[in-house]
Amino acid sequence: MHIFKDKNAAFLPYICCGDPSADFTVKLAKTLVNAGADAIELGIPFSDPIADGKTIQSASLRALENGIIPPKALEVLDRIRKEGVKIPIIIMTYYNIILANGGTKFLKNAKIAGANAVIVPDVPLEESDSLEEMCRNNELGLVRMVSISSDEKRLKAISKKADCFVYVVAELGTTGARENVNDNAIALVKRAKSLFYVPVVIGFGISKPEHVTTFIKAGADGIIVGSAIIDIYSKYISGEKTKTINEKSALEEMEKFAKAMKNACMR
Amino acid sequence: MKSYFGKYGGMFVPETLVPALQELEAAYSKYSIGKEFQDEFANYLTNYAGRETPLYYAKSLSDKCSGAKIYLKREDLLHTGAHKINNALGQALLAKKMGKKRLIAETGAGQHGVATATVAALFGMECIIYMGETDVQRQAPNVYRMKLLGATVNVVSSGSKTLKDAINEALRDYAANFQNTHYLIGSALGPHPYPTMVRDFQKIIGVEARKQILEAERQLPDMLVACVGGGSNSIGLFHPFLQDNIEMVGVEAGGNGKLHAARLCGDGKPGVLHGMMSYLLQDKYGQIKDTYSISAGLDYPAVGPEHSALKEKRMVKYTAVQDEDALKAFHLLSSSEGIIPALESAHAVAYAIEAAKHLGKGKIILVNLSGRGDKDIEHVQRLESNNIIKVK
Repeated sequence: MHIFKDKNAAFLPYICCGDPSADFTVKLAKTLVNAGADAIELGIPFSDPIADGKTIQSASLRALENGIIPPKALEVLDRIRKEGVKIPIIIMTYYNIILANGGTKFLKNAKIAGANAVIVPDVPLEESDSLEEMCRNNELGLVRMVSISSDEKRLKAISKKADCFVYVVAELGTTGARENVNDNAIALVKRAKSLFYVPVVIGFGISKPEHVTTFIKAGADGIIVGSAIIDIYSKYISGEKTKTINEKSALEEMEKFAKAMKNACMR
Repeated sequence: MKSYFGKYGGMFVPETLVPALQELEAAYSKYSIGKEFQDEFANYLTNYAGRETPLYYAKSLSDKCSGAKIYLKREDLLHTGAHKINNALGQALLAKKMGKKRLIAETGAGQHGVATATVAALFGMECIIYMGETDVQRQAPNVYRMKLLGATVNVVSSGSKTLKDAINEALRDYAANFQNTHYLIGSALGPHPYPTMVRDFQKIIGVEARKQILEAERQLPDMLVACVGGGSNSIGLFHPFLQDNIEMVGVEAGGNGKLHAARLCGDGKPGVLHGMMSYLLQDKYGQIKDTYSISAGLDYPAVGPEHSALKEKRMVKYTAVQDEDALKAFHLLSSSEGIIPALESAHAVAYAIEAAKHLGKGKIILVNLSGRGDKDIEHVQRLESNNIIKVK
């Protein structure tokens, strides 16, 4: 991906499509782009997100309650493109969503709507042949993940399949903002840098500019921030059944945060 | 070790868990075939859990049906009250060999939670049980039993607040803590190697039943019946009979007719949930549906992958029994035989009662009575006294 070409690290925010509304997602994407995002990870919500912690679980639930079915999520993606967002957009969803919505046909529609790649956390290397073929047929990248628990042999096997960039999972367990960076994650970034030809991007738990600085010092080419973003705007969501959001305040605070994170990416 | 049953099964988990599951598979392959492990397991099954369980000819119930003879495989007589202890002992022994200090488990009806809490107490391990909020309410006695046994019960309030969500939470815990933790999955489901391993630990049900019916009747039964939640008691009974060309019936929860948990005989479709490819109850966009059954142990939107394969090979017939019929069977078995079945098992009994009438005299039906009904008494009493469900 071209976003890794300059000397600065890339900032890849994750947003949950449809939380709490499609309109807000489009505005959020634009705000993040204006604040310097280099790519966007667009989550298509699934009812049972086992790789996600409380924050993204709640966001997914709000989006589902708001009626964001997968075809609608692709419409939102299309709208984001029509609003002039040019940076890469990577779809993050679970395998059952892709399978149930037509498999390769769904990915074709995702490509048409403007997606560049997909991340599917519940499809590890051993189960990925079919998904890989579907992605290849639709000229979509398939981002692979590595974990603190992956040994050298697995890292090498995954590196052979690496596409776009490798997603280094910084924490065992689930997504969710953490207070501190753990040493194993720093070590993994260094190992991945030596084993992978593609850029190394780290995610899970990152919530502060200090975290970004630490990982960039370790050699990371990019950082993914998800739960921390949701934690910020969800403070402005209110309402029991129908959710409303104070967009102005949410987006203002978001812009400040995103700028700080992007700033920490500068070398 | 094969990770698929036909098209079903696999290991659909985040990368973090793959090494943990590979370690488990390696340990299972290494220990389970060894004589030392098998002897130790057999010893606990006999002297702690109370195997072998009787195969009982339910004459009075059979007479009431005036048809086939109904035999009950009395897993309800096991320590902790259900077949779940077989698997819990097997996995806990394995976890001990692997050096794990902490056991986590999900539970629906609470039987598996109790079984896990029991083996954790037995082997001196820390124990955390994940249980959906709805299930905590309808299976209150089991919650207290788990606490009494030293386990911590974590109430899961996400999603449908039942077994499905308890599994999600347990998988998340496992991913974070697998270095010192074993996830003791309670049914023949989840990512490889669980479906194979749990089935192997439960196969003893069918092995004993086959031997016992041959001793009692000098012939194999004409039909096997078991309820199917995740599918461990049924696969445990069916598996040793798979080469025998016997009619096998898996009974799913028909719920109240409108809401149910009939995945294999209902409108389930193959998909990926909880680490496996299998039949799931899902909407047309792949979101997992809420299920409903009077029995917490059958209230689950997916099913073990081997059942999905057996359905497609047409080796097992899958059908559903509704709440009301299960309750009738609950009453009938209690009053005619003095055996109070678990509501889960009552679904199998209900099917067997009808089948006995149709099959007629001279035929033999073998039902897995997978658990006892003590845990359900308060719940049933509440439903009946509030006229929520009336048994005619």
